[in-house]
Amino acid sequence: MNLDFSDDQKMLKDQARKVLSEKSPPGANRAVLEGTAPYDAKLWAQVGELGWLGCAIPEAYGGLGLGYLELCVIAEELGRAIAPVPVSSSIYLAAEAILRLGTEEQKQAHLPRLAAGEVVGTLALAEGVGVPRPERLETRLEGGRLTGRKIAVPDGLGAGLAVVAAREGQGVSIALVDLSEKGVGRAAERSIDPSRKSATLTFEGARAERLGPAGEGWAELQAVLSRAAVLVAFEQVGGADACLAIARDYALSRYAFGRLIGSFQAIKHKLADMYTHTELARSNAYYAAWALSTDAPELPLAAASARVSASHAFDYAAKEMLQTLGGMGITWEADGHLYLRRAAGLRLLLGAPRGWKERLVRELERRNAA
Amino acid sequence: MNFDDTPEEAAFRAEARDWLARTAPKFVTPGPDEADDAREAAYIRRAKAWQAAKAEGGYAAITWPKEFGGRGGRPIEQVIYSQEERRYSVPSGPFQIGLGMCVPTVMTWGDDAARKRFVGPAVRGEEIWCQLFSEPAAGSDLAGIRTRSEKKGDEWIVNGQKVWTSGAHYSDWGILVTRSDPSQPKHKGLTFFYLDMKSPGVEVRPIQQIWGGANFNEVYFNDVRIPDSQRFGAPGEGWKVALTMLMHERLAISAGQVTTDVKDFFELAGEIELETGPALENAAVREQIADWYVRSEGLKFTTYRALTALSRGETPGPEGSIGKVVSAPQLQALGTLGMDLGDMAGGLTEEDVAPLKAAFQRAYLFAPGLRIAGGTDEILRNIVAERVLGLPPDIRVDKSVAFNELPVGR
Repeated sequence: MNLDFSDDQKMLKDQARKVLSEKSPPGANRAVLEGTAPYDAKLWAQVGELGWLGCAIPEAYGGLGLGYLELCVIAEELGRAIAPVPVSSSIYLAAEAILRLGTEEQKQAHLPRLAAGEVVGTLALAEGVGVPRPERLETRLEGGRLTGRKIAVPDGLGAGLAVVAAREGQGVSIALVDLSEKGVGRAAERSIDPSRKSATLTFEGARAERLGPAGEGWAELQAVLSRAAVLVAFEQVGGADACLAIARDYALSRYAFGRLIGSFQAIKHKLADMYTHTELARSNAYYAAWALSTDAPELPLAAASARVSASHAFDYAAKEMLQTLGGMGITWEADGHLYLRRAAGLRLLLGAPRGWKERLVRELERRNAA
Repeated sequence: MNFDDTPEEAAFRAEARDWLARTAPKFVTPGPDEADDAREAAYIRRAKAWQAAKAEGGYAAITWPKEFGGRGGRPIEQVIYSQEERRYSVPSGPFQIGLGMCVPTVMTWGDDAARKRFVGPAVRGEEIWCQLFSEPAAGSDLAGIRTRSEKKGDEWIVNGQKVWTSGAHYSDWGILVTRSDPSQPKHKGLTFFYLDMKSPGVEVRPIQQIWGGANFNEVYFNDVRIPDSQRFGAPGEGWKVALTMLMHERLAISAGQVTTDVKDFFELAGEIELETGPALENAAVREQIADWYVRSEGLKFTTYRALTALSRGETPGPEGSIGKVVSAPQLQALGTLGMDLGDMAGGLTEEDVAPLKAAFQRAYLFAPGLRIAGGTDEILRNIVAERVLGLPPDIRVDKSVAFNELPVGR
């Protein structure tokens, strides 16, 4: 039995934590949140230099070829640091889609640049409020040209390359678009977590290449989302852990009614529950990490479990951390809201937990039928 | 990451599996029928025989040192053996408290003579032990016990009442905490003993529980005499002894006892019709299944993380302490919604009518006890908050007050 990371992976994790505690304090998140830059360019360059972006990308395509377990431990630390960089969009989503579906030529063209952080990738799916469904997509790919409009594109403001879900014929295809091409429009959006700048992207006959087979992109897209869900779960676990640490520190320094508030059972039980939800999420994430790293048939179920569990843990921890901080928590000046925002951002990135619960039960039904 | 045994673990598992295949089938037996004395007595006889067979085979006390009749094995081997033993419905229950809590206390606090006298017979299943701790006025606040012990010559005279004593009615020996000096504050003035459960003045009365079982007892002490040689620790130092024992208890209870789980509910939802069609197609039901599944899996993999530590010869992390506080309320919720799906007939406990032989109804009545036994939900949260998160202990208004001056209610 070995449901744990190796010593080398733990060392990488410690290193990542050390680097990020220095380079990505809450103030770094706030600077992006309050500013107009799409992300923290300096931090992004460092993350690229350290090789983190290419962790799970094979050496043949400019990565380090270490593997997904290494990327998981880095993800947890990025989550803990609420790092204002587009790793999830660029690596978990765009690079993952290209790695899975791209031709040799496409992989050679794009993966080295993504691994080095020279370009930011993203995945564009939503076209409106509500659940995106294949038959309702209006963006179209025709003869290598893309037309349509995507909203809430994660890290869309700083992205240079987009993986876009579009109708082609009767099915859905995945298009790959260089966002500097003619016919691509981009508008900044206000969102719940401005430390990651999303955008509306418009395509008016923009040149695009297809990723994977024509008309069969929807299932592939779901597989990409599943894989990304595992990595995002690690970010969420890291974020939840950070919230617990903030709440704990405050409970151990704030006095009310003549005693530390951390000595009240109302606070102790709240923090114990935060710990419990976070540990459950961590355990589910570990299992999903195993499934991701071995490409196990259990991956869809494990990924859905990790996503549901971690989304809940971070949501719960962020809200109850703010509650523990009392009035300070709702001030712009205090850092609490940075975590509350990131919790919402990660919860909605890849789709809300409700839909993942549905996926989970479908997987259970499939397993039961087998 | 992988879920495999190491070569040593695999060898041990194969050996245990082989021994069980040869030995266990002879001892497979249905659970005890506590309402029927004769059947329970037969169950206890079989349990003793099974324990003797395990001792003979070297599986009775895997982690104990060899000089105590153990195997000198590693904790992971105990886990592997338990996993393998679980495949057979063998009667191991009556020895869990004795071997899990009482006899380790004898080993820690008893003298050589006591160890020599008691450890062997317990391992071989010749004697069963019970734990006499809780009282009507001392549950979560265990140090609030009132059972009195007074020293007279070389003996102690004990008067009072214990409650929730599992297996007292078939136990040979008991471990007992008493108040020897009520003029001291609560945690001082306690004294710890072991005693023969057949001692004159010991009276055991079974407690009927709400789910129908009667494994717990009230135990009354009327001028029970205990030789001073049966004291553990110094007079007034009983709390120290109790603490070492309680650590074992929480481990034992978090280990399981589940009457139904999310798989059962999934199966039930596949069979039941609601106003909108099959229950399994109902969005609220589906969401609930997902939530429960995720929590159950989270606990399962938390256990795997602990096993990983044991397999490496390390001490498992504190995350193991979340088990019961998650599983017990979930069992209660499962029981409730399982009955709800049955709608007007959901409360029937007729085993031929109620799905899964009334497992959900049983869970509904069993879960409240599980939320209390071995640390209530509230106490367990305090433990996580204090021992894992390092938050301060509660302010204790009774800390420096003489026990006999504390206010008492009902």
